[in-house]
Amino acid sequence: MTEPTTQAGTPAPRRKDERPGGGNLNRLGDRKKARLEELARASSGKGGVSLFRDALRRLRRNPAAIVGATIIGLFVLVAIFAPLIAPHDPVQRFDELTSKLAADNIPGPTDGFPLGSDELGRDLLSRLIYGSRQTLFVGVLATLIGLAIGVLFGAIAGAFGGWVDNILMRVTDVMLALPALLLAITLVALASRSSQWTVIMAVAIVNVPIFARLLRGSMLAQRESDHVLAARALGVKQRSIVLRHMLPNAMTAVIVQATLTLSVAIIEAASLSFLGLGDPDRDRAEWGAMLGDAGVRYFEVRPELAYYPALAIIVVALGFTLLGEAMREAIDPKNRR
Amino acid sequence: MSLLDVRDLSVVFQRRGEQPFTAVDKVSFTVEPGQTVGLVGESGCGKSVTSLAIMGLLPKRGNKVDGEVLFDGTDLLKLRRDDMRDRRGRDIGMIFQDPLSSLNPVIPIGVQVAEVLERHQGRDRKQALREARELLDAVGIPDPDRRLKEYPHQISGGMRQRALIAIALACKPRLLIADEPTTALDVTIQAQILTLLKQLVDDTGTALIMITHDLGVVAGLCDTVNVLYGGKVVERARRHELFAQPRHPYTHGLLNSVPRLDSIRGERLHAIRGSVADNIPWGEGCAFAPRCDNVVDACLEGPPPLEPTATGGDLRCNNPVSEEVAVP
Repeated sequence: MTEPTTQAGTPAPRRKDERPGGGNLNRLGDRKKARLEELARASSGKGGVSLFRDALRRLRRNPAAIVGATIIGLFVLVAIFAPLIAPHDPVQRFDELTSKLAADNIPGPTDGFPLGSDELGRDLLSRLIYGSRQTLFVGVLATLIGLAIGVLFGAIAGAFGGWVDNILMRVTDVMLALPALLLAITLVALASRSSQWTVIMAVAIVNVPIFARLLRGSMLAQRESDHVLAARALGVKQRSIVLRHMLPNAMTAVIVQATLTLSVAIIEAASLSFLGLGDPDRDRAEWGAMLGDAGVRYFEVRPELAYYPALAIIVVALGFTLLGEAMREAIDPKNRR
Repeated sequence: MSLLDVRDLSVVFQRRGEQPFTAVDKVSFTVEPGQTVGLVGESGCGKSVTSLAIMGLLPKRGNKVDGEVLFDGTDLLKLRRDDMRDRRGRDIGMIFQDPLSSLNPVIPIGVQVAEVLERHQGRDRKQALREARELLDAVGIPDPDRRLKEYPHQISGGMRQRALIAIALACKPRLLIADEPTTALDVTIQAQILTLLKQLVDDTGTALIMITHDLGVVAGLCDTVNVLYGGKVVERARRHELFAQPRHPYTHGLLNSVPRLDSIRGERLHAIRGSVADNIPWGEGCAFAPRCDNVVDACLEGPPPLEPTATGGDLRCNNPVSEEVAVP
């Protein structure tokens, strides 16, 4: 009951109704109560909070994750609904644009063409929008194929150990010794006919050793773990020990790496196209190719031809990197409270 | 016939470029059906290695296992790998020290219990989960329906150990090996878990090998006790004889070092001098000699033999603690 004395000067009614200090305390108390109720609700739910949901909850509190997820969400939506969003057909050459084309002039924004024309009189905005499809397709597929092969190699090496492990790891050593892009260029050059599939496979193969290494390491750690020993003490078969007890516990690091690899794959695929090693089909809109063909050649005439695709590549790659880093933090058990 | 007859079991660690190390040195003991046998000793005396050798869980590389482990007459050490795998979990169950790390973190408890039933009893998932529910109930886990779906990190340490016991006993094995099952738990929970183990073992007639360094556990649970030192059995006795009249200076020292409620306030705890590392190889004498108060010349001349005592136990000592000086 110290309040009446400290607030001696204030009028009586106010003291009675508001009681500033007490009000604050009450608000804090309310917040605490709400939090407790939330916790109680969470724990009384059916089953438990799975590891996945636990990680998701932590992701939602991370601003970087939200920014990354928003970028990726928009990117994926644009890619899926490209035909609805794009104002024009990306392949069509428009007379009103081609008529103005000259060696020293590429038309900028005009009515109906918000970003203007590309070097062949096609709508730049539509090509950018359609380019997202190509980027998504190549990036995701290259990562998934690389992940699948890498997981297979890593799991075999980690599960069997011994000479199998030795051979597989020496192979990955060789692959890791070469710079990624150089290796990808070599692989594309080896293919007799280049298409978007050569790009996908090259980028996938470049990423295989990274996944294999990562998984192999955590598989080896799992092999020594107590719960694997306990499973063996129960007579669980080797196959289920590897597939049910070791692999799922070893996969977290690989899944996070896959998100980070998506951004690398997008950049690598774009680099290959930029260097002219991508899909030879010039009609297909692809950011790397747009940057390489027109961007470089007409940079003095209209630098926007280079800016827009470059910006698109950077933003999307940044989105995947942000989300990947945030996921690593969220899944890492060391950050668990 | 004994349920388990371990004869001259030896385990030698042979790592490349290192001196071979004998972790378990011709250990022999038997377990009768329904009996509880204790393996007692300090860290590093070979308790856990003995249990892993019995289960055939020591890595082939770098370890040499000799001797015989007769389970119901068949030598487990000579079994083919697949046959031994079929027996693990079905005939012999095992409980480990750390309940959190012994459970798979990404699989719900229920599925982990069900997995053993599916593996050894050929149940389908639905039937196995129903039985898993009953098992969790039987080991005293409240609200088993909910726990079935929970992950190991969501339940308490005591409950985890209960879940591990449920898994180990799921197939009603005839022998259960418990490797320090209470070390990672609170004292209050320890008592609960021990009571539970005792009750389950009594109810099902499962024989139990209790590996521990805690003499309190031994006092409450074991029928006979094997005291190990430096990989050898140094004393074997029935529980009552061991506590009433420890003969080996090591056993005597262990019992003396237990804090007592009725000791004089301010009195220092007794400790055995030195550590397990201060031993001499058994080949040259008694490994305990450097730490022993009763050491005589004969102790440094050669390993003392394991000889039967008048009370029906066995003792490996040249100069045992006389009966009058037994623990007060």
